[in-house]
Amino acid sequence: MAGALIRMTTDPRSPATALQGSRCSGCSVSVYPADDACPRCGGPADPAALSGAGTLWTWTVQRYAPKSPPYQAPPSGFVPFAVGYVELPDGVRVAAVLDVDDVEEVRIGMPLTVTAGEGVPRARPTTGHKGSS
Amino acid sequence: MSADVLICGAGRTPFGRMEASGRQLAVGAVTTALADAGIEWSRVGAAFGGSDSAGLADTLVVQLGLTGLPFVNVKNGCATGGSALVSAVNAVRSGMADVVLAVGFDKHPRGAFDPRPEDWGLGAEYGSDGLMVTTQFFGMKIQRYMYDHGITPQTLALVAEKAYRNGGLTPEAWRRKPVSAEEILDSGMVSDPLTRFMFCSPGAGAAALVLCSPDVARTLDGPSVTLRSAAVRTRRFGSFEVFSPWIPGGELTSVSRDASAAAFEEAGLGPGDVDVCQLQDTESGAEIMHMAECGFCENGEQERLIASGATEIGGSLPVNTDGGCIANGEPIGASGLRQVYEVVQQLRGRAGERQVQGEPRVGFTHVYGAPGVSACTVLSR
Repeated sequence: MAGALIRMTTDPRSPATALQGSRCSGCSVSVYPADDACPRCGGPADPAALSGAGTLWTWTVQRYAPKSPPYQAPPSGFVPFAVGYVELPDGVRVAAVLDVDDVEEVRIGMPLTVTAGEGVPRARPTTGHKGSS
Repeated sequence: MSADVLICGAGRTPFGRMEASGRQLAVGAVTTALADAGIEWSRVGAAFGGSDSAGLADTLVVQLGLTGLPFVNVKNGCATGGSALVSAVNAVRSGMADVVLAVGFDKHPRGAFDPRPEDWGLGAEYGSDGLMVTTQFFGMKIQRYMYDHGITPQTLALVAEKAYRNGGLTPEAWRRKPVSAEEILDSGMVSDPLTRFMFCSPGAGAAALVLCSPDVARTLDGPSVTLRSAAVRTRRFGSFEVFSPWIPGGELTSVSRDASAAAFEEAGLGPGDVDVCQLQDTESGAEIMHMAECGFCENGEQERLIASGATEIGGSLPVNTDGGCIANGEPIGASGLRQVYEVVQQLRGRAGERQVQGEPRVGFTHVYGAPGVSACTVLSR
């Protein structure tokens, strides 16, 4: 992954780390992770911090353990986990593992906050913003 | 208007899991296609072919005969067969040769494909954290589509049920036992909303086509089918593809929409002219979405069309009459040419128990795959 991202602590409720993406000044396309070039026009793109607060655009559940390698199961063993794309205000949908209490409760449109850390982005239900979309 | 190119010979092997190597299967398909055309290998003036993971096509000359012909290897992922076919068409049209071979074959190990993150320009964490899994993409694309367009899990099940039923009518298919919609829904969730029996499996198989000019076709005994067009496209900005760390907001673009539109335009025909078609059905959801992306219906109409039997062999738009990928499995390099083989048989009236009645005149094929490629053909009797 590009960029020097701050390592997440083991506390899942640690302060959110901004998503370090990039934005093309020409066509206003934001991407994640950051890239030097705009994938639409090929022009230069500048680093940009993306807002992590968005809503779930689509999702699925990984019901079986992926092939290993490359997958590294947690020390406690594989448990099914949810993945999805979170639609952010910057006009970008970011792939993330969904850290939810119950995968059966995942719904399109639910408010989620995406944070960067060690590994792929992770999204958790947004707290204190009930009713927002 | 480009000069006509005809398909005068078509061959395929059984698909599934077998002892034979991918190359052996390829030789079998080529030999069958040549016999079907009534043409000797020595008459073939150029060849194009490939596999994703079963070897180089140009080495087949050791078994087929060292005639000195130009033989180009194609390695284009899921579009390998389609790209080989486009190259073969252009070879005939340009006058490079008047008899040209296109061949696709493959043999994959059991289980889901396991690509490496670095081959896709992704960080290692996408693999170690469990996001390099193709089935997740298929689940997530149809999940959103169902939400936007009112498609139900029952419709996903009906697509797979049809695939197994049609596979039972296809001697070379892999999955030939009927499976009910209820069993399909209960077969275990793989990547929500898709269950195990809604997916195709990686497998082995080969398919080959012999193309020729109209002058050559007139000297042959067998019926030829006209290849009205063949088009390959890669994705434009804004599409949703496998292994994407992000996708742009807004309405999605579709490489299948682009490739099918190009094929129809070149053919001078439209989706409404098609009597039988083959659409990429990596899983049930793909067939549903590709019906709309290829122009055969509006988004959401599939719910009614499929329930009414429109896509059955006896329906108004038969889709995947040989059981598609779900019943035949997915040997990546072979699938695109298997589809064309099936439409050629349908247009010649040689499809046996699965023959579409009423002497179909126009057929369409569509493959789609990673990392956002699609190949489409329009054929006519």
